[in-house]
Amino acid sequence: MLKFDIFLSALANGLMTGAVYALIALGLTLVYGVLHIINFAHGATLTAAMFAVFVAHSVFKIDPYLAIVMLTPLFFGLGYAVQRFVINPASHGNDSNILLVTLGLSIIIENALLAGFRSDTRSIDVPYGFSVIEIGNLFLSTPKVVAFFASFVVAGLLWLLLARTDTGKAIRAVAREKTGAALSGINVDHIYAVTFGLGAACLAIAACLLMPTFLVNPRIGNAFVLVAFTIVVLGGMGSIAGALVGGLIIGVVESLSGLYFGESLGQIGIFLIFILVLLFRPTGLFGAKA
Amino acid sequence: MLEVRDLVAGYGGVPILRGLSIDVQPGEIVAVLGANGVGKTTLNRAISGLIRTTSGAIRFDGAPISGLSAPDIVAAGLIHVPEGRKIFPNMSVRENLELGSYRRGRVNRAANLERVFGIFPRLRERTGQFAGTLSGGEQQMLAIGRGLMAEPRLIIMDEPSLGLSPLLVEEMFALISRIAAEGLAVMLVEQNVVQSLELAARAYVLENGAVVMAGSADDLKRDPRLMKTYLGM
Ligand SMILES: Nc1ncnc2c1ncn2[C@@H]1O[C@H](COP(=O)(O)OP(=O)(O)OP(=O)(O)O)[C@@H](O)[C@H]1O
Ligand SMILES: [Mg+2]
Repeated sequence: MLKFDIFLSALANGLMTGAVYALIALGLTLVYGVLHIINFAHGATLTAAMFAVFVAHSVFKIDPYLAIVMLTPLFFGLGYAVQRFVINPASHGNDSNILLVTLGLSIIIENALLAGFRSDTRSIDVPYGFSVIEIGNLFLSTPKVVAFFASFVVAGLLWLLLARTDTGKAIRAVAREKTGAALSGINVDHIYAVTFGLGAACLAIAACLLMPTFLVNPRIGNAFVLVAFTIVVLGGMGSIAGALVGGLIIGVVESLSGLYFGESLGQIGIFLIFILVLLFRPTGLFGAKA
Repeated sequence: MLEVRDLVAGYGGVPILRGLSIDVQPGEIVAVLGANGVGKTTLNRAISGLIRTTSGAIRFDGAPISGLSAPDIVAAGLIHVPEGRKIFPNMSVRENLELGSYRRGRVNRAANLERVFGIFPRLRERTGQFAGTLSGGEQQMLAIGRGLMAEPRLIIMDEPSLGLSPLLVEEMFALISRIAAEGLAVMLVEQNVVQSLELAARAYVLENGAVVMAGSADDLKRDPRLMKTYLGM
């Protein structure tokens, strides 16, 4: 019986972590689906967002959940501006240039954070950091439960935006048919930047949800982005539903393999999946044709 | 309404259009004819802001538009239904049409949707279907319908009959004449010389990036040079 409880608790923890992974993967897969590039600055942007939460809390005494309403528009704006006024002009419409520019950006962000915060690992203290919700024999960390549901809400809102609004439809249109979009009056550069901004906004929310239970250092984003990349491949490049399902699967796999093979081997399950997917289903679970 | 003067444009510094001039008056159907590769599509791209012009002038309602972006030209009411349709394959018929009014005609979206469905009843039967799964003829209807959603004042159609069966070509030309009858100016870019001249009031014939013949459709129909070049007679 005890064994089953431990299993259940690992499963629940995996799902909760997985939802945040999914949120991080959402931005990556959205940018890939529309601009057809991997944003190498994704991890560094997440790190920057986590430091922003850290600063907001330690300097301005702003609760991380309250910070969502400030950091989401801020990171949307930053993502928009960086794509429109740096990445786009610097890449001259050449995809491989975009890759290099985002790679360069990630190095700049990471080193700026290193210079500003040193390589120390930091965390924040919130009163509810260790509070738990009890369901039967299951003890769930309250911030993680919040993160789980919030991630779904964000994914749902993103889906609504893409399905229902003119901007969302324009994003989907530009993803597949740039010329047709331009001839319908859609400003393609603007839509690219909006997409990038949405990716960054997802990261800001993820950072706010993570910080109550997590720590931050200038390299933390890399660990997440590797996992996020696996999720994007597993779910299918460019697929929103794929990112969500993939995130949950990866979260559970990580948690269960941590339980059965030991904490340090938890990540092995993830990369095993990564390789298996690439071998047997390279388009991923929800993958569309290239 | 549309004035193109001494237009030079091309790709990567190589001129394709070499000093081309054409006019379209309000409410008029003008055919622009020419064989493969003479620069018809390049002309459309230059007019609609997809490529930059090298020299010459393009005016719409007297205002220069050659420096404007494609969305700004759409906003002015000059709509280009491109060769190859360029519809959004991953989106439904309805969404494709809705996006036609992304920049212009948004307030009348619902009414215009009804109007487009009135012209193309086949699209109404397929509102939820992904555009990529439509037949070629239906895709062409969708492309034109999407253009109409922007309440065009001038619509440029690049080879709307391309790839359609002879019967459907007839139907397409009949529909275009019906659309034009509502007072809309149409620049019909075609290789289908005979049917285009039936429909158009005037026509231009392009060769090698320049106008080689121009005049009323009736005169051109009887022009032996045109007959010789395009009909092998
Ligand atoms: N993107 C491009 N880059 C370079 N050259 C191009 C490009 N598009 C077209 N061309 C060249 O410009 C010339 C004119 O092409 P255009 O597409 O305007 O012809 P067209 O009259 O529309 O022909 P068709 O009836 O076959 O559509 C051709 O020689 C073509 O190879
Ligand atoms: Mg052409």
